[in-house]
Amino acid sequence: MNMGTAEIWMIIVALGIGSFLIRFSFLGIIGNRRIPDWVLRHLRYTPVAVLPALVAPMVVWPAATGGAFDPPRVLAAAAALGLGYATRNVVAAIGAGAVTLYAMLYLLG
Amino acid sequence: MSSSTIKSAYWTGVRHGAPFLLVIVPFAVLFGVVGTEAGLNLAEVMGFSVLVIAGAAQFTAVQMMSDNAPTLIVIVTALAVNLRMAMYSASLTPYLGEAPLWKRALVAYFLVDQTFAVGHARFEARPGMTLAERLAYLFGVITPVCPTWYAMTLVGALVGQGIPPEYALDFAVPITFIAMIAPALRTAAHVAAAGVSVALGLALAFMPYNTGLLLAALGAMIVGAQVELWTGRRE
Repeated sequence: MNMGTAEIWMIIVALGIGSFLIRFSFLGIIGNRRIPDWVLRHLRYTPVAVLPALVAPMVVWPAATGGAFDPPRVLAAAAALGLGYATRNVVAAIGAGAVTLYAMLYLLG
Repeated sequence: MSSSTIKSAYWTGVRHGAPFLLVIVPFAVLFGVVGTEAGLNLAEVMGFSVLVIAGAAQFTAVQMMSDNAPTLIVIVTALAVNLRMAMYSASLTPYLGEAPLWKRALVAYFLVDQTFAVGHARFEARPGMTLAERLAYLFGVITPVCPTWYAMTLVGALVGQGIPPEYALDFAVPITFIAMIAPALRTAAHVAAAGVSVALGLALAFMPYNTGLLLAALGAMIVGAQVELWTGRRE
């Protein structure tokens, strides 16, 4: 990355303060007031809304191959998704992805 | 309430938190490795794990920093990943709202997916718990989970400096994210949100400064919420 120390620490500190304020919000400041249902309904989807959009380009256009489509990486992603969905087990899904990636990199070169 | 019931609530919490070590240890090591590979020094990697203490947001930030996204976009996107924690905070307030401010602040700092899930389930199942027992239980759950997060990040950062590129560690981040998302695809609404997120994430990848990612996330949240309304199911 081309980032200076000051920029990196700015990100770390801003994320630290921001994350704390999100966690402290109701416990510390807002108290027992209810969150409107429509807000709750959107908050529930924040992880599945942000992370797939972040991951998809990394799978389809991996930086390590200069952005060229790479079958081992796509297959590894599919294995992690399939096993994670079937078993609901995060560690098993990571294992399936890693094993598939190394096996395919070895077989397909 | 006696000090012995509080002690026993604490140790019950420790026992209920311990199984999460199976998830926390590999994640934390991986963050240390990935952060180091991305070019962060030891203090910066540890700064993330100690100050931010949120795996998904930390991985998001490091990935976007490697992509040279602008500082503000990195901050906004990583915080968007953490917005779900406002929901956690609200769900715990009825149980812990009477605690002194400093204790609530401490709980807030340690509020991660695992401590929330276990704590909330316990408080719901046992409405008779006193405030002191609830706090003791929650700090019991925190005890194995959070210090391990720091320590194993450190191990990963120290190990990561010696891993050569043929190990394709570039792909550890996408695999980890996929592994986190897949078990969360519990309902049609979650699947729809993730599908829209992938489609828009790819379609808008051309936009400058990673702004396409934010638009994709916003669109996916709206679709998830709408599908939930139509199907009438939560989780």
